[in-house]
Amino acid sequence: MSADVQPEIQPASAGPAPAEGYWDLRLYVAGQTQNCRIAFENLKRICQQHLENQYRIEVIDLLKNPQLAKGDQILAVPTLVRKLPEPVRKIIGDLSNTERVLVGLDIRPRSA
Amino acid sequence: MTPISQKLNGPTGGRIPVKPSPLPERPSLDKALTGIRGLDEITGGGLPRGRPTLVCGGAGCGKTLLGVQFLVCGAADYDEPGVFIAFEETESDLAANVSSLGMDLRRLVESNKLRIDSVRVERSEIAETGEYDLGGLFARLGEAIDSIQAKRVVLDTIEVLFSGLTNHAIVRSELRRLFRWLKEKGVTAVVTGERGESTLTRYGLEEYIADCVIVLEHRIHDRIGTRFLRVAKYRGSQHGTNEYPFLVGRDGFSVLPITSLNLNYQVESKRVPTGVARLDTMLGGQGYYVGSSILISGAAGSGKTSLIAAYVRAACERGERCLYFAFEESPSQILRNMRSIGLDLEPFVRQGLLQIKATRPTSTGLEAHLVQIEDQINRFQPSAVALDPVSSLLAVGEAPEVKSALTRLIDLLKARGITAINTSLTPGGEAPEQSEVGISSLMDTWILVRNLESEGERNRCLYVLKSRGMEHSNQVREFVLSRKGIDLLDVYAGQGLVLTGAARAAQEQRELAAEVLHAEETELKRAEIGARRAQTAAQIEALRGALASEDRELEHLGNVAEARKKAITAGRADLARRRSADREPAPEAGNVR
Repeated sequence: MSADVQPEIQPASAGPAPAEGYWDLRLYVAGQTQNCRIAFENLKRICQQHLENQYRIEVIDLLKNPQLAKGDQILAVPTLVRKLPEPVRKIIGDLSNTERVLVGLDIRPRSA
Repeated sequence: MTPISQKLNGPTGGRIPVKPSPLPERPSLDKALTGIRGLDEITGGGLPRGRPTLVCGGAGCGKTLLGVQFLVCGAADYDEPGVFIAFEETESDLAANVSSLGMDLRRLVESNKLRIDSVRVERSEIAETGEYDLGGLFARLGEAIDSIQAKRVVLDTIEVLFSGLTNHAIVRSELRRLFRWLKEKGVTAVVTGERGESTLTRYGLEEYIADCVIVLEHRIHDRIGTRFLRVAKYRGSQHGTNEYPFLVGRDGFSVLPITSLNLNYQVESKRVPTGVARLDTMLGGQGYYVGSSILISGAAGSGKTSLIAAYVRAACERGERCLYFAFEESPSQILRNMRSIGLDLEPFVRQGLLQIKATRPTSTGLEAHLVQIEDQINRFQPSAVALDPVSSLLAVGEAPEVKSALTRLIDLLKARGITAINTSLTPGGEAPEQSEVGISSLMDTWILVRNLESEGERNRCLYVLKSRGMEHSNQVREFVLSRKGIDLLDVYAGQGLVLTGAARAAQEQRELAAEVLHAEETELKRAEIGARRAQTAAQIEALRGALASEDRELEHLGNVAEARKKAITAGRADLARRRSADREPAPEAGNVR
């Protein structure tokens, strides 16, 4: 990954999938801090491994859109919000502990 | 404009204009007025501008309210928009909670003078993995501040972060960064914190916020709760170090009047009648001084309230406003009772010149009473205030507390030139001069009403124990209440006795009888002498008659003698002629020729 996180909507699996198998994720960051970069990379990796083609990642930079922090009650950055499937879950931190991310997102590793 | 401002239409929103700091203050430290009554005086002009202030205290102490009012006043009165970050309440809860205190947050929000942002931290919803920072909070706060050019920020209470996030090391370092960042932004911040067991705040926020720390406390004494405020720390500024009672009243937060810091009020030399003509005479003929404090003390049923009523009536008749605080009787009871002695106060109530506020002394703490009294005074702007009886406030607190509170109250009234008439109930049997918890020394005029019991009856008498700055009578007067009103009579003082009531009347009767008797005797004697005198006069008359007849007799004798002499002379001449005797020489010769 290059130095800059692209705060744009990341390519996700095409077409609306049923709520059951579809992961709508938002990653809130605040500029190009190290924590944020690491988190983004970790998230991408985890998603590719465990949620192949069943996810969408939206990166929101609070330095550019601070008003968006309110909706998801964001305090810490980086914060990963699982919008779908419900219920909403939040994971803060650089997502360096994959196990905890999987548990936090309630993802059952398919390979298991 | 806030509803407060609209309600009382003044530039300071009806609150007392903040007086210049009573403490000597170097202008170096810039301060932001809180607009909270009393707090600005204690802090010598407000909170340190551009720095965070920690407000800590237990649950229900009023931390949030202090913060809200700081923002509302700033936005409405000082043109300093503010941001409220609520960690514990939602916007709508907050607005609803303070609307009962006359603060309309929504209006301020709509006019872009206030931003409320509620931050919810729910530990159960958040999982943590790895490093993070509080950039989200910074971003939100920064956006809120920038959106309305906020000058003030309240974080209530940021300690929630500690319970919401597990990594306290991160929270601490982020808080440090946050406060530094707030300082860089130049906003005046109030940060609230829950009181800890041995520390000022549970998570030691005082480590990060060292410029100004305000401690709030709610204490219960004798089942009566009072809230106290203390400025524990104020870097670079002098401040009052005492605990000051405060109240959350109808207009929000107010720290108790600190007027007693000074003793430099101006006094009036104008006098006003007391409403009892004879009492005016006793007070040098002119009555009380305007703006002085009068204490009327006496035992139960000695007529203290009626003296108040007399003054109130006189004042209202002059068109002045009176505010009557009754601690033992309801307004209608007072009106009825005073009507029975010919003092009808009801017309004045209807005209709006008289307000009677009745409260139970134990309904709130002493300080709360004082704040309420001050509040009422501010609303009604009376020229006279009656506290009936002021001694019932004693039941609310300890003697030193009561004295301090009353001192402040009396000072407050004096400073505003309001005449204060207080009554004090003297417990029976005690020397009245000693049972006044020292409040008598605050009073300018002290009138004592006493019951005298003798000969099977009780009578009231009244005297002026002291009256500063005026000539006053040293006489005891009998104090008579009747349907016609109040009357002061001379007591019978003579023959080493002081008599009142029936005894005085009897004595006066006896004196009257003696007087009558004496008069009768005099009359009798006068008649007697008159008769004797008449007798003597008659005698004189008789003697005078006798004398006159003697005179007449004497005259008759003279005449006879004269006639006789003439006759003799004539006879002799005739004889001579007849005898042709020689001529009589000498005088007769001429006559004949």
